[in-house]
Amino acid sequence: MRGNILLYGALFICLLVLPQQSRASKDLYSSLWAPVPESPIDKLVFAKVKKAGYQPRFCTDHVFLRRAYLDITGTVPTADETRRFLEDKSFNKRVRLVDQLLQSDAYADYFAMKWCDVLRVKAEFPVNLWPNAAQAYHYWIRTSIRDNKSYDKFVREMLVSNGSNYRVGPVNFYRAMQSHTPDAIASTVALTFMGCRTAHWNDEKIAGMSAFFSEVGYKATREWKEEVVFWDPNKPFNSLTNAPAQMAQYRERRTAVFPDGKSIRLPHGKDPREIFADWLISDKNPWFATIYVNRAWSWLMGRGIIEEVDDIRSDNKPSNMALLKHLRTEFIKYNYDMKKLLRYILTSQTYHLDSIYEGDQEEKLAKLFAFYPMRRLDAEVLIDAINKVTGSTELYTSAIPEPFTFVPANKPAVALPDGSITSSFLEMFGKPARATGMDNERVNKLSDTQKRHLLNSSHIRGKIEDGSVVSQILNSKLKRQQMIDELYLTILSRYPTIEECAWINNYIAESKLSERNAGLDVAWALINSDEFIFKH
Amino acid sequence: MQQTTKKNRGCLLTRRQMLAHSTLAAAGTIAGISPLGARAAAAKKAAKAKSVIQVFLWGGMSHTDTWDPKPDAGYDWTGQFNKVIETNVPGIQLSSLFPKLAQQMDKYSIIRSMTHGINGHETAAYLMQTGHPPGGRLAYPCVGAVFALMKGYNEGYKGLIPPYVVLTNPQGRFSESGFLGNKYKPFATGGDPNAQRFEVEGVVARGISDERQLGRRKLLGNLNTLSRCMPGLKAVQESEESAESAYQLILGEGKDVFDLSLEDSKLRDEYGRHTFGQECLVARRLVEAGVPYVTINYPGGWDTHSNHFATMNKQCPQLDQGLARLLQDLDERGLLETTIVWCCGEFGRSPKVDWQPPWNGGRNHYGKCNSVLIAGGGFKGGMVVGKSTEKGEEPAERPVYPVDLLGSIYTMAGIDMYAPLPHPMGLEAHVLPRGSEVKSTGLLEEIM
Repeated sequence: MRGNILLYGALFICLLVLPQQSRASKDLYSSLWAPVPESPIDKLVFAKVKKAGYQPRFCTDHVFLRRAYLDITGTVPTADETRRFLEDKSFNKRVRLVDQLLQSDAYADYFAMKWCDVLRVKAEFPVNLWPNAAQAYHYWIRTSIRDNKSYDKFVREMLVSNGSNYRVGPVNFYRAMQSHTPDAIASTVALTFMGCRTAHWNDEKIAGMSAFFSEVGYKATREWKEEVVFWDPNKPFNSLTNAPAQMAQYRERRTAVFPDGKSIRLPHGKDPREIFADWLISDKNPWFATIYVNRAWSWLMGRGIIEEVDDIRSDNKPSNMALLKHLRTEFIKYNYDMKKLLRYILTSQTYHLDSIYEGDQEEKLAKLFAFYPMRRLDAEVLIDAINKVTGSTELYTSAIPEPFTFVPANKPAVALPDGSITSSFLEMFGKPARATGMDNERVNKLSDTQKRHLLNSSHIRGKIEDGSVVSQILNSKLKRQQMIDELYLTILSRYPTIEECAWINNYIAESKLSERNAGLDVAWALINSDEFIFKH
Repeated sequence: MQQTTKKNRGCLLTRRQMLAHSTLAAAGTIAGISPLGARAAAAKKAAKAKSVIQVFLWGGMSHTDTWDPKPDAGYDWTGQFNKVIETNVPGIQLSSLFPKLAQQMDKYSIIRSMTHGINGHETAAYLMQTGHPPGGRLAYPCVGAVFALMKGYNEGYKGLIPPYVVLTNPQGRFSESGFLGNKYKPFATGGDPNAQRFEVEGVVARGISDERQLGRRKLLGNLNTLSRCMPGLKAVQESEESAESAYQLILGEGKDVFDLSLEDSKLRDEYGRHTFGQECLVARRLVEAGVPYVTINYPGGWDTHSNHFATMNKQCPQLDQGLARLLQDLDERGLLETTIVWCCGEFGRSPKVDWQPPWNGGRNHYGKCNSVLIAGGGFKGGMVVGKSTEKGEEPAERPVYPVDLLGSIYTMAGIDMYAPLPHPMGLEAHVLPRGSEVKSTGLLEEIM
């Protein structure tokens, strides 16, 4: 409660000093303290931002709380968690929150979902993994993330895997693509683990890399849709490629060429995939760490240092080369500890900047990470958040195969193991098709149809009216002011301002609605506010 | 070689049929050129249609009890429906269940030789509405989704209402948009236009008056504190714009399109005070508002394995009333010229009644022969295309296949029936299939 009083007090003073409401509102989101660069990340980012003539500001505690929950776990905090955090007066509470969230199961669910997009975990169309295999693949990915397997190990396990698609999760990497020819595999490997789009490569380069994957075998078993991926040294040359002539040559001479141009004689008796994997995960490899740090940065900061995230090439310049190099070096120093790198970014001051920007240089400054960019919640995160704050559930199904798959009602969308399991909301809000593994498959732009759905559909209305959480607040014996506080803490993870309370009291008085209906309208308005729909 | 001959024979049949109808002055010239040329010529000549209203008789309506009556087939075949009536076009008769449509016969034509041979609901419905054989590798979009693409978004459609609307519920058994994806799914209104208040999903909310909508919108504006701090930010502006457009539907002109209280009460009576009748009226209002494609999924369906005669006695008069008034209304407003109306189910029903238990007088799925009503958008009225055998068991003349019907509809709307479709994975796909294995006897040139 003291936090509440303090907040009100601060606002009151601001209102006295600066009578315009916009100034007061801004103080709700950005702190008056200017950040002083601490970590090398901050020094590298702030140098560029200062040069552009911009003074970055910190975000306030409640903004940070919601941001950290959404970015690390894909969920919003409960009212109690919010209260506890806002009341906590200890100096390092933000860092403690980051550590606590990184240890949670929700972190594993959410980051597994991100990896499942990249690694195309989907039962059917267009990659056709089949449900049991998609489950095995997801299980392996989620376990790896939960146990914080090092990135080099994570990738190597996929690249050199052998076995049944139902029993050895990572072999599905080789099945989660629309074509199984050596050049198609090479293209997928390049995109996934090097951030390179082979459309920019010449035929020779792709053929040279394809040779490493020309002995990947696939065979069916007597179990329905089971498929074993294995090293098949006697695999006949597969001619389905852009450069059959070159490939045939490489294969005949048992040579392969790494994407950096070095060629190698493939020794007999060794799976060429192992040779490639060892080249890839070496500290000296220019792509391997780069693509991971670029992905991690973009997951947390809203855009890659190289943009688009998975389009690394010499003519696509990073917006901050020194920053990218620094993160690479750190990541290698951390022995490819994925969580440690996330933590490094999450505890930098750069991650703690506010999202308030009013000038006309938005695009330029956004590229320099001068503020935290506002962006719509992922489809899965948004529906989970709506379900959580209203106290309702959602039906997820997959029509593949018959009989249809149904998922227990309390399962969050973020934790769905298979891209084929979906709902009309997820489709409408741009859940990716997991067709290519490209980052741009997920589109989080707010469309008219989406907005109308949030504002006025029976689906969302039903959740607000019938959900247990909102009803509990509105049916409670709380005084009106406490009720408003509770709605704000639940939905927006903060206390209301004096001004907002005035608007609400005014609405209740003017609308002549019953207390309950007016309360529902307040919940509706908060859920439809940009503060709820967007990360900020 | 054999296939070529077959194809030619199909075309010959078309021409013969066309010549039989002396009304078609241009028949001579069209008959002189190749089918491909004819298609191009037809496309150039026509392309009048701007909108389509599809009445889908889900479940499959009997053809022999309705628009292809066989009064002399005997009681085992006709059951109680052995009466026919004359229409306002001499020589064409309908079942006596359709007195109102009979008076509008000059405005539409009937295809009596629709055929594809598939007896499963899902597969037949897919074929009839996509033109593609079921079971292929790709899930094709249906006609409405193709219109949403080619007459909607591709042409910069800016209407308030989405370009493809379904009244009131989607069929649910197949994905209308196929591989085109979510954007091309129909906007399904939900609700009931015959109810006191037509609650349109996302537009007219239950229990929330316009006054409350306005109040809530203002409240949201006031409580949108974060965005009010930085109205110039791109994300904030985009959110504001999408809200603006959503509210034009919820509180502005868009909502009015669905508001039947703005119609003359007498006209509403004439359309019929039942869900289907009022759906027809909404469809007309949508077409007036420029929506390119409206599907009415007939409320209730026509899958009359049992209780056939009672269902027909109940539903046919409603279909008759709504559809007849719709055609007349479109005509009176000059909209029929630019609006195609087509009506059929995924198949017909077995011409012989199944009197055995458990059906006790029912009709089963029948893909071999069916009737289709088609009007407007340049299609001629007052004609019959093709002919079924004596008892309606199969086409006797000029079989019409799904690609022929859909190809004609596309052509009349100026859509190239073989145009490439954007597949998300870049696979090759076209609006309609072509090749020697695709059964076709050519476009419906006799009524184009």
